[in-house]
Amino acid sequence: MKRLGVGGWIILALAAVYFIGPLVLTVIFSLWEGRGHYGISAYVTLLQRPNIVRSLVVSVELALATCAALVVLLVPAMVFMNLYAPRLRPLFEFIAALPFVVPAIALVAGLSALFSGPEWLIGTPFYLVIPYFFLALPYAYRAIDVGIRAIDLTTLTEAGQSLGADMGQIIRLIVLPNLRTALVGSTLLTLAVVMGEFTFANVLLFHTFAVLINEVGQNAPTEAAALSTLSFLITWLAMAGVLLAGRRGGVQLSGAR
Amino acid sequence: MRFIIPYFFIFAFVAFAALFMLAPTAMLAAQAVTGEDGFTFDYLLALGEYRYLVAFRNSIELSAVSALVGVIAGGLIAHTVLKPSAPESLRSAVTSFSAVAANFGGVPLAFGFVATLGSLGLLTQGLKSIGIDLYSMGFTLYSITGLTVVYCYFQIPLMVIIITPALQGLRVEWREACENLGATPAQYWRMVGLPVLLPSLFSSFILLFGSAFSAYATAYALTSGNLALLTTEIGNVLSGDVMSSPQTGAALSVGMIVVMVGVLGLSAAASKRASRWHK
Repeated sequence: MKRLGVGGWIILALAAVYFIGPLVLTVIFSLWEGRGHYGISAYVTLLQRPNIVRSLVVSVELALATCAALVVLLVPAMVFMNLYAPRLRPLFEFIAALPFVVPAIALVAGLSALFSGPEWLIGTPFYLVIPYFFLALPYAYRAIDVGIRAIDLTTLTEAGQSLGADMGQIIRLIVLPNLRTALVGSTLLTLAVVMGEFTFANVLLFHTFAVLINEVGQNAPTEAAALSTLSFLITWLAMAGVLLAGRRGGVQLSGAR
Repeated sequence: MRFIIPYFFIFAFVAFAALFMLAPTAMLAAQAVTGEDGFTFDYLLALGEYRYLVAFRNSIELSAVSALVGVIAGGLIAHTVLKPSAPESLRSAVTSFSAVAANFGGVPLAFGFVATLGSLGLLTQGLKSIGIDLYSMGFTLYSITGLTVVYCYFQIPLMVIIITPALQGLRVEWREACENLGATPAQYWRMVGLPVLLPSLFSSFILLFGSAFSAYATAYALTSGNLALLTTEIGNVLSGDVMSSPQTGAALSVGMIVVMVGVLGLSAAASKRASRWHK
């Protein structure tokens, strides 16, 4: 405690003011009812809005669908690539890096230029699962890659095979349980990212949670503050999950590569 | 026969990426150079118009300044909590908070700052009541300066996360060797610490630059697209708020992608240099 030095304490104090200040003020602001009164009326009004539950449900559904897409599409592809086609690794790395290079707003421009149908694809909110998959791809790829490298996939597979297991059993009983930390980490991260995602939903005109916050915020600031508070709590819970699941540093956050 | 299933999954993933990631990007490039009479450079050349130059300049200024503040503040915070004398609880509190704050961007962050520093925000009103009127002093949250303040809220934590491994890679032996040779802490940092860290700092700066450069939601929620940034300009074209052709949006997108490719290339080169010290 004593040896951080004066400079260290000043830095931490300034950081605390900048980072905790807006959070506290946002909570207080959301409780403000005008003329010196404070209460939870903003939260009550929110619950009475017709769209709130619907948009929250849409966002949760999208988050879950994106996680499912990652598990079905990415995880087996990465496991099999490592087992059968390690020469494709550079291609996989390239694909995983693409979402950094192509900003969300550019991807959505490209998607709307390329696809104007069919209606069953682009007409439902679940169309968003496609861009969200790529939004989550860099984080998920990194987390799963770390997980796969940490276990000796080839040896485990050969051991399983020599004991008479088929590929399905090996994946289900050996590979997936060993990747659990990485999977939980990337799932929760995806959850946090999708719950707050605004760019794609707004441009493609789907009514998700973040789009609702924006709509509310343009004319009802205290309700928007209440929604921001809720949203921060959601992010906080998801991250607490990530940190608990990935104690060994299995998850790398926010595109550090 | 049993090898078909694995290759099917690999193929499915690559095909999915090709169809929904590569193809749209290629489509943008094609659209940017296709006019009514076929191939044309008009739309790319139109990026030289004043309003797009302003958008480019605003985007680059906002990204560069918020990245610089992020690198310095985040670096100092990480350095402080990583000191061996810092309590473990402080270290894990800062790490956890950084993980949350770095992912707390977009619309909720924007309205959090409206509640704090908006014209009716609590901090603005509080300062006004003690005689400091920010808005009459020329500050507004809905400007490049205001956006910079907001962006730092995710840039600084991002920096803490990115730079921590590099700071942990500074070997205690180097510092002890310096002390044994009679160097002051300032000399250690100037001649050993910073030169070793420089490539990591540079590549962190580049990544923070990219994260601010491609941010759309925060800026849109705060300014409704009225402040010219590259991302909001593209958004305006897409939602039909301005009278521009889709090709202009495509050309702007291509411009952004070119900047991002350059940025990532520089970062890769810097990381390569950084890894020399960590065998």
